[in-house]
Amino acid sequence: MIKTDILIVGAGPVGLFTVFEAGLLKLKCHLVDSLPQVGGQLSEIYPKKPIYDIPGYPSILAGDLVNNLMEQIKPFNPTFTLGERAEVIEKTGDKEYTLTTNKGTKIQAPVIAIAGGLGCFEPRKPPIEGLAEFEDKGVDYMVKDPEKFRDKKLLIAGGGDSALDWTIELANIAKEITLIHRRTSFRGALDSVDKVMELAASKKVNLITEAQAIGVRGNGKLREVIIKSKANGEFAKEVDNFIPLFGLSPKLGPISEWGLTINRSAIEVNTEDYSTNIEGIYAIGDINTYPGKLKLILCGFHEGTLMVQSAFKYIYPDQKLSFKYTTVTGIDGLE
Amino acid sequence: MKDIIEIKVTDREDVVHELEAPTDMSFNLMEILKAHELPVEGTCGGMALCASCHCYINSDHELPEPSEAEEDMLDQAFFVEENSRLACQIKIKEELEGMEVKLAPVNE
Ligand SMILES: Cc1cc2nc3c(=O)[nH]c(=O)nc-3n(C[C@H](O)[C@H](O)[C@H](O)COP(=O)(O)OP(=O)(O)OC[C@H]3O[C@@H](n4cnc5c(N)ncnc54)[C@H](O)[C@@H]3O)c2cc1C
Repeated sequence: MIKTDILIVGAGPVGLFTVFEAGLLKLKCHLVDSLPQVGGQLSEIYPKKPIYDIPGYPSILAGDLVNNLMEQIKPFNPTFTLGERAEVIEKTGDKEYTLTTNKGTKIQAPVIAIAGGLGCFEPRKPPIEGLAEFEDKGVDYMVKDPEKFRDKKLLIAGGGDSALDWTIELANIAKEITLIHRRTSFRGALDSVDKVMELAASKKVNLITEAQAIGVRGNGKLREVIIKSKANGEFAKEVDNFIPLFGLSPKLGPISEWGLTINRSAIEVNTEDYSTNIEGIYAIGDINTYPGKLKLILCGFHEGTLMVQSAFKYIYPDQKLSFKYTTVTGIDGLE
Repeated sequence: MKDIIEIKVTDREDVVHELEAPTDMSFNLMEILKAHELPVEGTCGGMALCASCHCYINSDHELPEPSEAEEDMLDQAFFVEENSRLACQIKIKEELEGMEVKLAPVNE
């Protein structure tokens, strides 16, 4: 069991900076994120884009901002559980919550700060009719264990790195593998594209371009995928597994089941301290909503800063909190 | 010079909405759809970095060719057709008066 003062759900920029502000009050933080890396939208969607509205930085690449935040919070020794989704929150005592991740990791804290942004990044699922019926019965949105596909007839759809990389990797394992993509060109890394073209030329991969999957059929188990191609019209392809790989997109996910007041996929908060309708649970950054809310990094930083003050008073109602500038105290020895 | 044009949008329930769009505020189509509370996410804010504003252009208005970035993101969309576009890459201009747009299917 991991124990901490503030358990932060979401290691985006707002969750990360909150560690700093909490650290100034000598509060320890543990962060959970479903992505394997920190940085939230900045790392997942736009690491190479410059941001122009971070105070003090005329321009900074999103990826660099994340690196800087990690350096800034280092003195406070935050701990992380990455690649796990916060799934269930239980009240297990007076001023004690226990959070369990989808992999069973348990974390205990008096305060939970939800900095979940737009939600968990999940594989984008094609809106093909009846597709959900075959999930885990022939339809997979990610490859967890390549061995699962040994000697199977596979259809992979997509044009990015993951579609190309898995086609290459699974070509040696599967009985038959087909890659379908809506264009003739691919946006993945050049050497992966070359490799797939080679595999296609040597007939190890069946490449169908200018085509899309538009339907699925089966009986309790996936049997065939309906393909619409520019050259050959609509036809059915017999497969054991269909693996659509269309990137990730954020979905609110488990947060919607925690008893919080949700308004249009965001958590309603009191702007005095960003507290939610549940005592000891706060929401900061893109995940919250209030009159005048703007989804900006700068605003999230402010929210986290005010929130930790309130969290301190909640955890230690009898202790006086005196406000000090970092210029006065520095950060060394605060730890 | 027309300051406001009308755009016809068919939503995912096949309901047609006639939207007014100002031409002088450098809006893009995604922003107009959102301003009228149509169900378009526009997660990336309009940089062709997500595919959440995928739509079909059903009228024959002339549009600039999609950029490589837009094509790349359309790779992550579904049921992509010849007339598929990302709404955020379409600038609202006088010439688009009467344009007909249909929202592409999404998985909610
Ligand atoms: C393309 C683009 C450009 C942008 N440009 C700017 C800009 O110029 N200036 C600006 O200020 N803002 C900009 N933004 C917005 C900015 O990125 C967000 O405001 C910011 O990322 C919000 O930070 P956050 O920490 O609240 O959430 P996020 O960055 O969304 O991070 C939330 C994290 O929580 C995780 N999570 C959610 N639910 C769970 C769960 N149940 N369990 C575990 N983990 C979970 C997610 O995986 C994610 O990593 C831009 C956004 C995009 C997409």
